[in-house]
Amino acid sequence: MDIPEILVTATGITLAALVVWYFFFSTRPKARAQAASGGVQAVTIMVKGGYTPETIEVECGKPVQLSFYRAEENGCSEEVLFPDFNLRRELPAYQTTLIELRPEKAGSYEFTCGMGMLRGRLIAR
Amino acid sequence: MEPATKTETLDIEGMTCASCAAFVEKSLSRTPGVQRAVVNFATEKATIDYLPTQASPASLKEAVISAGYGVTERAPATSATDRQAEIDRQKAQAYQKLKRRFWVALGLAALIMPLSMLMLWPAIMARINMQALNYGLLILTLPVLLYSGREFYSSAWNSFRHRAANMDTLIAVGTGAAFFYSVAATVVPGWFMRQGIMPEVYYDTTATIIVLILLGKVLEMRAKTQTSAVMKALLGLQAKTARLVRPGGEEVDIPLEQVQLGDILLVRPGEKVATDGVVEDGRSSVDEAMLTGESLPVEKKAGDAVFGATLNKTGSFRFRVTKVGADTLLAQIVKLVEDAQGSRAPIQRLADKVSAIFVPTVVVIALLTFVLWFDLAPVATRLPLALVNFVAVLIIACPCALGLATPTAIMVGTGKGAEHGVLIRNAEALEKAYQVNTVLLDKTGTITRGEPAVTDVVAPGQDASRLLQLVAAVERQSEHPLAAAVVRHAQAGSAVLLAATGFQALEGKGASATVDGQVVLIGNQRLLHEAAIPLPSELSAQAEQLLTQAKTVLYVAVDGLAVALIGVADTVRETSAAAIQRLQRQGIEVVMMTGDNPHTAAQVARQVGITRYFAEVLPRDKASKVQELQQEGRVVAMVGDGINDAPALAQADIGLAIGTGTDVALEAAGITLMRSDLQGVVTAIELSRQTIRVIRQNLFFAFIYNALGIPIAAGLLYPFFGLLLSPMLAAAAMALSSVSVLTNSLRLRAFSPSHS
Repeated sequence: MDIPEILVTATGITLAALVVWYFFFSTRPKARAQAASGGVQAVTIMVKGGYTPETIEVECGKPVQLSFYRAEENGCSEEVLFPDFNLRRELPAYQTTLIELRPEKAGSYEFTCGMGMLRGRLIAR
Repeated sequence: MEPATKTETLDIEGMTCASCAAFVEKSLSRTPGVQRAVVNFATEKATIDYLPTQASPASLKEAVISAGYGVTERAPATSATDRQAEIDRQKAQAYQKLKRRFWVALGLAALIMPLSMLMLWPAIMARINMQALNYGLLILTLPVLLYSGREFYSSAWNSFRHRAANMDTLIAVGTGAAFFYSVAATVVPGWFMRQGIMPEVYYDTTATIIVLILLGKVLEMRAKTQTSAVMKALLGLQAKTARLVRPGGEEVDIPLEQVQLGDILLVRPGEKVATDGVVEDGRSSVDEAMLTGESLPVEKKAGDAVFGATLNKTGSFRFRVTKVGADTLLAQIVKLVEDAQGSRAPIQRLADKVSAIFVPTVVVIALLTFVLWFDLAPVATRLPLALVNFVAVLIIACPCALGLATPTAIMVGTGKGAEHGVLIRNAEALEKAYQVNTVLLDKTGTITRGEPAVTDVVAPGQDASRLLQLVAAVERQSEHPLAAAVVRHAQAGSAVLLAATGFQALEGKGASATVDGQVVLIGNQRLLHEAAIPLPSELSAQAEQLLTQAKTVLYVAVDGLAVALIGVADTVRETSAAAIQRLQRQGIEVVMMTGDNPHTAAQVARQVGITRYFAEVLPRDKASKVQELQQEGRVVAMVGDGINDAPALAQADIGLAIGTGTDVALEAAGITLMRSDLQGVVTAIELSRQTIRVIRQNLFFAFIYNALGIPIAAGLLYPFFGLLLSPMLAAAAMALSSVSVLTNSLRLRAFSPSHS
């Protein structure tokens, strides 16, 4: 093994490890949105390569109004899915799409893009 | 000239009673510029006609708020049609943009490719400065990246910041690596020479990958718009206006949104019915195929229910509005289909799990490919080989095929179902219907019509049609369901109706009246007995026979003489036997259950070709019969009317409710059939089988494609066959893979249920 080989091998393996750590194990920024109390719980979510905030905390048994603002044209985020609520909605680019739902039971409900790569979480307490 | 008024609809919040509505209405009416304000308490909507010069939506809102109520911002769900229109507009725009980006990339690639191939002609190459050519190629490639491919890089970056990765990540890293390597080889070729490497450039590869992937996206987008075509067609069915009949008799056309409960609407021949209601007067036949899948028009007369979006054929009629907006049958169907399309299929679980880790995993594999090639290949070629294979792995991997495999098929399948009057609650129901091997039918209302009809008229030595005329004249006055059956039967035969006088309903026995000077009695045996009219032995023998066939017998006496018998029974639908046969041909055992005695049950079963049946089943035992079949290891579909059969429907692996045409969102049923015959069951099962088959093919293809493509791109075949996959071929394969999956799903659009 010459020096370039050692360098490439070491760099490659380090990069691979970094990728695994970054996408699977790093602690994600836990931006949590707390819905305003009383009546409808409204939360605005920015959609751009992912969901900001990714974790939304709401109270269960009360209606939740999520405003998804899609700040990109990229096709990946054109749909949002709430599988637990049988909900699939198209999000027009640069517009706000209102989604209303009502988590009856406490728990964690995942929402994803149409292909399940972008992920967010609705936590009902 | 009268100034033009505008109409605004507001969703009012906080109204608790009708007087609140009146208060809001008053408050709105007093607002300057408002010409008319109507507040509907039931729908919580205010419809306001106003002069735009004096009032505005904002001032109207203020008026509501100052009255102490709130105005809900209209959720987009309130107008699915508008929302769809906006999305369509945007999609068309995005499609145009995408196409432009594709053509620009293609045009530039058409220049880059031949220029890159100049080295194949050494004579030309000798006269050209290599570095100058590379700079030229760099300049041509830059717009391909920055204009045509910009989206990939920005999307990859946006995801990266969210610690997520998608397909664009792969494309961005792959083309980025090829591009930057080429830039280095262009700018500092001397460094490469000193390492003993030819300073090769990959501008052609970079450009071609982007062209091919954009082409894939163009095709994908075109195909995707077709997956939701049925949904759009459903939304487009709605009428835009309605013809309102004011209490004074004046007729005006009003927008659909302004139609209120209790309004009287007029429907003329060839017009769409605006919303759901009950016919007040008039007769017509209405085409309900768009809602029920039933191709024959349905006769409508006073008292019958009509549904929005159906098409009036021949006559005209007036109806009273009973449902508007989200409560209408069409809205419920749209909602149900939308829900089903948003549901996740259990079959998809594995694909979902793979999708979630797919892209980072591929990046890791690509990195390891680079390292292995660099370490194992000869020094002179190791860097280009490592790079080319690294890029090929990134480009060939296609998470989209996995992601599209199930949802696109479900979209097309559920939409197609709605077109044929089969409403599928969710993807899971579709999967369950696919597994079904036993169909349990509740006889009444499914195999049979569920309403009595005249089956026999026994009138020895009499003019049967004259007799029916007499009887029908009496029964027309009666409200008994058996009487209705007799009248229907008589009307189907002779048209001349006689007048009856002195009608008398005899509770629990029958009825009597005088027709054409003759006293006619019709009813049960007790009626004759109490009137002291003897039954001739000939008739009594016939009656006995009818009774053994589980028919209800009506006795007729004219002028004090028993002259005829009328047998009434629930009749088997003409379509039942054929539908059952089609189910059996698909390898499904059809079992019947009924509350009738074993004798009648056997007769009906024989008539429709069923070999196994449960007789004398009490309503409360229906669910346990389902269980009994399930314990035999069968996957049971229960078909029932959805109301009496709810527990059995819920117990079954999949419940199919034969809709009554009013409530489609039956909780217990996984599938609701809008048509009231068994053909819907055949359609549902066939559709589920085809849809799941397509999903399986898609998933299989997507998994196999990636499982084979990635190792081949990494160079797995090289040690054995000396084969390497060019990144350009990888791009072509990847572009085709997601399009193939989509195209396969779209095949479902050709679905049509088998008919007799």
